[in-house]
Amino acid sequence: MKVTFPHMGNLWICLDAMLQYLGIETVVPPPSSKKTLNLGSKHSPEFACMPLKLNLGNFMEASERGADTIVMAGGCGPCRFGYYAQVEHIILEDLGYKYSLVVMEPPEKHISELLSRIRYITGNKPWMEVIRGIKFGYRKARAVDRLEMAAMRKRPLEKRAGQTDTALTEALSIIAGSAYGKLDDAIARASEIMDQIPVDRKPVLKIGLVGEIYTLLEPFANLDIERKLGRLGVEVDRSIYLSEWVNDHLFMGLIKGLRSSSLYIKSSAPYMRHFVGGHGQETLGAAVYYNKKGYDGIIQVLPFTCMPEIVAQSILPGFSRDTGMPVMTLIVDEQTGESGYLTRLEAFVDLLAEKGARKEELA
Amino acid sequence: MTIKIGIPRSLLFYNFIPFWKTFFEGIGAEVVTSGRTNKAILQDGLRLSVDEACLPVKVAFGHVEHLKDRADYIFIPRLVSVFPREYICPKFLGFPDMVRQNVRGLPGVIDTSINMYRRERDLYGQFFEIGSRICGNPFKIALAIKKAGEEMKRFTARVESGLRPDRAYGPGSPEETPDRRKNATVAVLGHPYNIYDSFINISLLKRLEDAGINVLTTDNVPEKEVNYYVSSLNKKLFWTLGRRMVGAAYHFLESPGISGIIHVASFACGPDSMTGELIERRARRTGDKPYLSLTLDEHTGEAGIVTRIEAFLDMVGMNRQSARC
Repeated sequence: MKVTFPHMGNLWICLDAMLQYLGIETVVPPPSSKKTLNLGSKHSPEFACMPLKLNLGNFMEASERGADTIVMAGGCGPCRFGYYAQVEHIILEDLGYKYSLVVMEPPEKHISELLSRIRYITGNKPWMEVIRGIKFGYRKARAVDRLEMAAMRKRPLEKRAGQTDTALTEALSIIAGSAYGKLDDAIARASEIMDQIPVDRKPVLKIGLVGEIYTLLEPFANLDIERKLGRLGVEVDRSIYLSEWVNDHLFMGLIKGLRSSSLYIKSSAPYMRHFVGGHGQETLGAAVYYNKKGYDGIIQVLPFTCMPEIVAQSILPGFSRDTGMPVMTLIVDEQTGESGYLTRLEAFVDLLAEKGARKEELA
Repeated sequence: MTIKIGIPRSLLFYNFIPFWKTFFEGIGAEVVTSGRTNKAILQDGLRLSVDEACLPVKVAFGHVEHLKDRADYIFIPRLVSVFPREYICPKFLGFPDMVRQNVRGLPGVIDTSINMYRRERDLYGQFFEIGSRICGNPFKIALAIKKAGEEMKRFTARVESGLRPDRAYGPGSPEETPDRRKNATVAVLGHPYNIYDSFINISLLKRLEDAGINVLTTDNVPEKEVNYYVSSLNKKLFWTLGRRMVGAAYHFLESPGISGIIHVASFACGPDSMTGELIERRARRTGDKPYLSLTLDEHTGEAGIVTRIEAFLDMVGMNRQSARC
């Protein structure tokens, strides 16, 4: 059995760690690229959202490297993601791929359904080992998130353009390559690399990224928005990090002290009074949160046709009107062109800078 | 003075109007509905909603806009779930919030959640809550809910016997019962707000009937039949409309009396991108029935639709002829 899984940013680092710890052979698909997206879009339903198309492309490329089993997450709606795995599997079947599919999702009838699926992957490893593997994966996720946060803080301040990204790549590969038991050491080394990036001291603009989880976490999907903004001199924060998501949804908030989506849901109240699936309500809540934190602007990122985010998108202008917070929505799909995208980012950042300067003049 | 409740003719109007109308009249309110979709309604909808919203949601905005000055309350329930363990679509969940943020000058808004996700009988309490806002007499409300439920049952029975929902409500005339012996029967699959709104689908059903075709829709397939067919899926579908469409499609694909299938979806419809794929792939694997997929948006033009329907009907005709030889 050679197990593969879809890409979502650096998710592969933690999944790969977990599976390898349990002695399972993994095939990490090649990083999502134009080719992945072309492959995926060619065979996906036209109006499927972009993550599905990229997933499909990932699976097709992983198959070339010998993968025969897919591990996917699922859900119970109303966001389409809950039915991704099944539709992707049917498409792969029609294309002649021989994949077996294991979907980790809330069971329909009994918890034993989920447990037996985990067993299918882990074989007869003791449950304690499985838990240890999950913990190992989670710790890597947390470490990766910390590095990314450091990079987002440093990018606008770096002395020489590109230094942060070089350091980040190196730090990430240290985390990805570290074996069980050596992780503490690796984390220390990685954060040291990030600390050593030479920076200037200067005021920066702050933008909060909100929106759909996949497009926020996957740099290929959001056309590297964090890096682009960083180079424009903007400090970025995003409303969702992998480890926070895992803690919220898989560990049921077991680990304390992490920012949690329940915070967002509470603050979304005046604008959205009900969940709408996906991260729609969190998007609104995060916007309110960033406003309170004194950010200069908010950018919403979503894949074309994303239903929960369209609801949020319809409500964000009202929020912007009430608070005076500049909000821009960027929609991505296989048609998105890089230069148009960059122009919009530059214009938005200019607008924020001007607004900030005017505020200072008045003060 | 009686209180006027405005019900927009959009979204799940065609599914639940018998219940809603009977209920509100039962508690002594007057029901006003918006007229059939027209150009002005569509224009207002486009103006008030974001570009990315789907056509039915845009149209629904227009209906709310056209109704807001004619009623004391506007009834846009938050349609979370109309069937246990299933949802409608995220946009239905957020519709009241979207309307509140974008439509100015709204009268009172009744946006109580209709949520049967946990169990069907939760509906009772939800309608009781709605009723209490308008009527002080709990007995009257209880009676109204009971009557509405009975009306709904009668309506469902009529629809499942083959009548179209937009005809099954009110005094349906017997000659409208389709005569399936003579002509070809075509199944039209789609969300009710797309297939019964003749403005946005450019009179699809009428065009078919004028061409002498009997039409059956998703809604004509009994729940039992739908569930039988969707039970073959690897995973239960969590959208009620999607489940009904897939079940109905599989049923029609296997019915010898059906000569062709038309699938109607709105541009960028989320659930349909998934369920449509399930249906289309099954249709292709079975492969013996003409299959037409129509996508609707505000730019859909008459000429394009007519050409495609004609081509489709030619295929249906050819298939029937070769079957006869």
